[in-house]
Formats: sequence, structure tokens, C-alpha cells
Amino acid sequence: MAKQVDSVLPGWGLSLGVTLTFLSVLLLLPVSLLLLKVSELSSSEIMAIVSSKRSLAALWLSVRTAIQAAAVNVIFGTLIAWVLVRYRFFGRRVLDACVDLPFALPTAVAGITLTTLLSPKGLYGSYLSEWGIDGAYSPFGITVALVFVGLPFVVRSVQPVLEDMNLDLEFAAMSLGASRLQTWVKVVLPSIVPAMVTGFSLAFARALGEYGSVVFIAGNMPLRTEILPLLIMTRLEQFNYGAACVLAAMMLFVSLVILLGTKFLDGGIRTR
Amino acid sequence: MRLAWLLIVALGVPALLSAEHRLLHVSYDPTRELYREINDLFLADQLRKGVIVRIDQSHGGSGKQARSVIEGLDADVVSLALGYDIDEIAARSGLLSKNWRDALPYNAAPFFSTIVFVVRAGNPKGIKDWPDLLKEGVKVITPNPKTSGGARWNYLAAWIYGRSIGNGDDSGREFVSKLFSQVPLLDAGARAATTTFAQRGIGDVLISWESEALLILDLLAAERFEVVVPAVSILAETPVAVIDKVAEKKGNREVARSYLEFLYTVEAQRIAAKHHFRPRNPQVAAECAKVFPLVEMRTVEEEFGSWAEAHRTHFEEGGVFDQLFEG
Amino acid sequence: MRQAVTDTMDPMWVRACLIGLATLFLAVLLFVPLAGVFLFAFSAGADVFLRAVSNAETLHAAWLTFLAVAVCIPLNVCFGVAAAWAITRFEFRGKALLVTLIEVPLAVSPVVAGLMVMLVYGHQGLLGPILAEYDVKVVFSLPSILIATTFVTFPLIARELIPLMRLQGGHEEAAALTLGASPWRMFFMVTLPKIRWGLLYGIILCAARAMGEFGAVSVVSGHIRGRTNTLPLHVEILYNEYQFAAAFAVASLLALSALVWLTLKSVLELRTQ
Repeated sequence: MAKQVDSVLPGWGLSLGVTLTFLSVLLLLPVSLLLLKVSELSSSEIMAIVSSKRSLAALWLSVRTAIQAAAVNVIFGTLIAWVLVRYRFFGRRVLDACVDLPFALPTAVAGITLTTLLSPKGLYGSYLSEWGIDGAYSPFGITVALVFVGLPFVVRSVQPVLEDMNLDLEFAAMSLGASRLQTWVKVVLPSIVPAMVTGFSLAFARALGEYGSVVFIAGNMPLRTEILPLLIMTRLEQFNYGAACVLAAMMLFVSLVILLGTKFLDGGIRTR
Repeated sequence: MRLAWLLIVALGVPALLSAEHRLLHVSYDPTRELYREINDLFLADQLRKGVIVRIDQSHGGSGKQARSVIEGLDADVVSLALGYDIDEIAARSGLLSKNWRDALPYNAAPFFSTIVFVVRAGNPKGIKDWPDLLKEGVKVITPNPKTSGGARWNYLAAWIYGRSIGNGDDSGREFVSKLFSQVPLLDAGARAATTTFAQRGIGDVLISWESEALLILDLLAAERFEVVVPAVSILAETPVAVIDKVAEKKGNREVARSYLEFLYTVEAQRIAAKHHFRPRNPQVAAECAKVFPLVEMRTVEEEFGSWAEAHRTHFEEGGVFDQLFEG
Repeated sequence: MRQAVTDTMDPMWVRACLIGLATLFLAVLLFVPLAGVFLFAFSAGADVFLRAVSNAETLHAAWLTFLAVAVCIPLNVCFGVAAAWAITRFEFRGKALLVTLIEVPLAVSPVVAGLMVMLVYGHQGLLGPILAEYDVKVVFSLPSILIATTFVTFPLIARELIPLMRLQGGHEEAAALTLGASPWRMFFMVTLPKIRWGLLYGIILCAARAMGEFGAVSVVSGHIRGRTNTLPLHVEILYNEYQFAAAFAVASLLALSALVWLTLKSVLELRTQ
């Protein structure tokens, strides 16, 4: 990393030094050790771990529920951001403050509480079971927990963009005879899509790795309700570090692909 | 990081100055109440001898605790749900002798337990013994044998019964396979499974440690549950060991040793019995013979050879338990 | 830079429906569970609640949680300011990579974070044997809790500062320098005042997240009562001892402090507008 443009400002060495030291100690060293552990296994062993029915089922469940949850969050998160930015109503500030609650509340507390609410005897679960839906101990319950943990990410991504948006375009579109809905779809939506994508990817990445809240609500049945982080824990408890590291690396890879992918997508949309 | 070190020094120095022995006892989940009471008694006993002892407790799933000790949790003594976990500590860390079982009487297990059923009040599904668990529509709650020591005992007890009714391992596998098809969810630990059954009202029968089953009656409304004792079950030894090298380093070897020996005394055994662990001391065992129902208890050694073998066949990756789901 | 409200652009019924829908969603997902926590906390009476929160082990757990927050914030402030300064004031190759690397912890499962701390500092890990030789305890004691907490929170402040400082540019700093200010004087007199609200905002987020971290800390803590238990872990312990009311009592403390952070945050937002 060489400085390319000579800035008049000081602190290049110090600031980059601190940053890189911090990153190396906290992030690069541990991640390379993880990869080193993986590389100690032969490629056939790695393939066996990755392609086992158990791992694939857990990966698919984790990815599927994380996508569902992130999708729900995109829809409702955008709605909430819109309402918070554009409308003035009683209690708006309270709603606004509470959006970050899932971020600050320990995931285990969220997990225990949601399980209590969603289990057949709970407040939500009793209604759901009338409709024939298993609230807790099912993929549905996992998705609910993941919606909970991912909510702030979409709202906080979309909100600033909406706040900075220029209203003139909307007024112009409407004065040219476009309906409100048309204006929204043609003018508002395109400018918040990048933020929605960013919010989606953050919510997805968070949901994919979530453990604390999900382990209570998941049911943990192999092939059916066993999430990938739990499988990693299970492998660890069997002293199988190799397999745990392979699964961890796999998860890291998936979330990085999502994170980088949306970054490119985002960049593409923005520099259009 | 400098701040962190300052903090460590600030927190660590006072502990060094006082001449007390500070033991760390790493244990599994269902012994929290038991050791809280035994520890108080032991501390008083040591104080009379002029030794100041403090015992820190750590509880968690047996496998997780064993892994923590291997990774450097500096336990002076461990008490785990099954001998295999202590074998693993010995094999992987070399912190104690592989012959740790010989250090104390009764395979280093001061008390033991067995596996029983808990059903809802009035036993609506009429569950009396193992075969009733396979009845149509009976939902069975048992934790995940991969993450819970208690669950392994549950699984092996079911296997022993299954094997006894037919031609060996095949009928064992058939029974266990059918049993797990009636299990709607696998909690990570014994306590989580109990909560699922008792608090969330899921399932018709909970397979559990006898000590846990009776504790549920004590703690969570006795009138809502009944304990059913099967005719055949397993002798669940829950062993203890001094982690020699750690205790030595911390200068706690003597205290750690006398702590574990204390578990075999009449007083400690009575407390164990009070917490529904079956005592080994003949005198205490005789005193509470009426409390603990008679069960035919098979041991892991006579049924499976050794814990290592049982583990290899059933719980290792790709073992029989995995095959139940992946086959 | 808030724009005028567009209340008038949407018909009343649209507004009412959207506000209603948003509120309903938040109520089902957030408010009812939150109310549940407090309700369960007092379900066994106020005395059980008081005993649970004033219990010595709870207090120690609270102290440890406070320590974790108090140590991780200054570390993250140093990192956040340094990273934001390097990224927004200089052009260099690999900048995009650096920005991405900073975000990685947000995408790492807490379980994997804990596992990685073990790989580095555990007895079976890279540095564990060396540390053990010098009798330095990292895993299953305070340092590992601090490391795990710092890991999960370090992107937060940097992420707040980078867009802010990019927007602000460095002209004032350059001006200060030409007027003869020393670099540190420039930083404390010009830069810091410019970024203080963004920084505070990041600190609040960081504190809130650090207090609630469960997964990663759970892997590295050792769960020793009265020694290495943080509040979130203490909730789990009480829950596992069938002390449900007490567990929720401690959980409600955490929820309450989360609410305090969030209130602080919205006060700050009002202030910055």
C-alpha cells in the first residue's frame, strides 16, 4: 500500500500503521490461522465435509432462512424508514429509537423471549398453531428470530438516503401528471435501491451467522432445523477442529461473497 | 492492550496476596445445586483444619467443558457427565494421567444416576416402560447426544433396551431409530430439554437423568409431572478427577485431592442423595434405599466394552447416531 | 440536512395505513417481546426481581460487562479515527480492500469469531503454548472476553466516521497547518470538533453492541461464576438453573441499558440536526 497522491495532511504513517496493526492482530491473523487449519486437511477430506448431507442441509437452511429474513427486512425496513423520514406523527421518535433495539439487546435474551412467545403455549404460538403453523422449533421460528436481528440494518441503510433525497424530482414528476404510485416507483425507488441492497446484504450476513437467538428457537434436528453455526459448535464439541474450521471458512466465504457482490452491485448502480 | 494488562494486574494481585487456595471446579450442567451445597460444607470442613479454600464453579455442557479444559481453562478438578470426556482431556492435553479412574474408588465416580422418564400428570399416554415410547403419536423429548452428555446416556439406555428384546445390535438400532423418529426437536443440553418439556409444554415424555427428573418435581410444580422408572436402564457414572498438572502449578494439589475425597464422605453422600444422585457409600445407600426405586442398571463397560468404543460406534462423525438421520 | 416533510404529498389514508403497518410490524417484532422481558422479570414478584439484580454474582457480571465496554471503546476509537483518517485523507492502492476488510467482522458469525480467538490464543492454538509458558492467561479470562468483544465491535466507529469525514474533506485541516499548527494541535482543535457527533454516535453503537454480545464471548469465557461471566452469559446461567424470573430480571437490566443507549442516541440526533 503506497501513498499515491501527496497530501499536505500529516499522519499517513501513523494512521495507516494503527489501522493495519489493529486489523492484523484482530482479523488477519485469526482468519489466516483458520485457513491454515483448513489447509492441513486434504482436498478430499474437505470435500467430504463440505458435501456431506448434514453440512449441505445446514448451509441451505441457514442461507434460505437468512434470505427470507433479509427479504422481509427489506420490505418492512424500507416501509419503516419511509414512514420515519417522510411523515410526522405522534410517537415517531420512539419508533425511531427502538429500531436499533435488536442491535443492542443480547441475542440470547431475544432468543429466549421469542421462543417463549412462539412456542405452542405462547402468545403468538397459540394463534399460529390454530393456523397449523409451528411457531417455535421450525424454519418459521428461525426466520422470525433472524428478522428480529436483521431489522436495524435495512432501516439504517435506507433512512439517510431518504433524508438526503431531493424532493424537487418528485414534485416535478407529479406536476407532469404522474400518479403518486408512479412517482414512487419511477423516482423514489431507483434512488433507494442501492441502499436497500446494502441493507439486504448486511442483514443477510448478520442472519447467516446468528447463533445466540436461533439456537433456542431452532429445534436443532439434523437435516431439518439444524443451522450451520450450530453444526460448527457441534463439530467443536466433538474436538473436530478441522471440520469446524472448514464449515467456518465456508460460512465466511458465503458472507464475503454477498458483502463484496453487493458492494460491486452498489458501486455499479451508483456510478451509473 | 496495555490497559488490559494493567487491569489484569490490578485484579490479579489481591488474589495472590491472600493465602487462600482458590480451586476452579469445572462441572457439567445438572450439578449446579448439588455442588453449591457440598462446597459450603467442604469449605467449613477445611476451615476447621485451618485451610482457607475458595471454590469457583463453572457449569456447562459436558463436552463443551472438556474442550474448554483442553483449550486452557485452568480447572483444578472436573466432574463431567461421562468418563469419555475426561478421557479426552487426558488424551489431548496430557494434563492428567490416562489412568485417572484408578485414583478414586468406584471408577472415580462418587455418585451415579440412571435414566428415567418424566410424563405429564396422570400419565395420559400410559407410558410405563421403553416400548410405550414408540406408541403412535407419543412425542419424546431428549437432547442432542452430540452436544449433551446426558443425552448420550439416554441414547445408550435406549440401545441397551432395544438390544435386549431381539437379536443384538440390529434390534438396538431399530429401536433407537424408531425412537428418534418420534423426537420433534433436539435441544443442545439436558436443561434446555427440560425447559422445552416443562415450560413450553412440548412432548409427552422427557427422557432424563433420574436426578434431573426428581429435581423438576422439586423446582417446577410437582403436581404437573410424574416420574416413570423403566425396568431396564443404564448405570450412569458421573466421574470426577483432579487435573494434576494444573492443580500442581497452582499449588492446589492436596486441596483438590481432599476435595474429591470429601465427596465420598457420609455427609457429602447424604447431600448427593438429597439432590437425587444415588450415593455409593454403603451406609448412606442403605439409608435411602427406599427413596431410589430398584432398576436393573447395565454398565457401559459390560454392554459396549468401554466408553471409547461406545463413542466410536455411536457418536463419532458418521457413527450410528448420524446414520439415523442421514441413512 | 433534513428535507421538508412530504406529508401533503400522500393522501391521509395512505399515510395512516403505512404508519399503522410500520407500527404494527415493530409492535409484533419488538415491543411485545420487550414488554415480555419486563413482564416475565416481575412475574415472581418485586422481591425476586430485586434479589436477582442485587445478587453478588449479578453485580460482578455487570462489572465485567462494564469493563469489557470500557476497554473496547477507547481501542475502537483509536482504530476508527485512524482508519477513517487514512482512508478519507489519502489515496493509496488497496484502499477498497481495506474498507472491505474493516466490514468483515459484521459478516463473521460470533461463533466463528470465538473459534478464531481460540485458534490464536487457546492451548491447542498458535500462541497458547507460549503464553502458558510465561503464565499469561488469555483464554477463559478477562483478556479473551475483551478480544472477542473488540472483534465484534471494531467496524462500528470506523463505519460512522468514514462517510462523515469523506463528506467534510480536509480543507480546514490544511488551513490549520498553513497557519502553523502542529499536527496534533490540528487534530485536537480542528478535526476532533468536526467529527465529535459522529464519533459519539459510533461510541454509543459500539457500547450498545459490546454490552449485548453473547455468541463470541460464550465460546471464550469459561463461564466461571463470579469470575468470567458477563451479564448476557449470566442470563443464560440463571435460565439453565430454572430461575426463569431471575433470568428475565437480569435480561431486563440489559434491555433497560439498551434503551438508555438508544435514548442517548436519539438525543444526539436531535442535537446534530
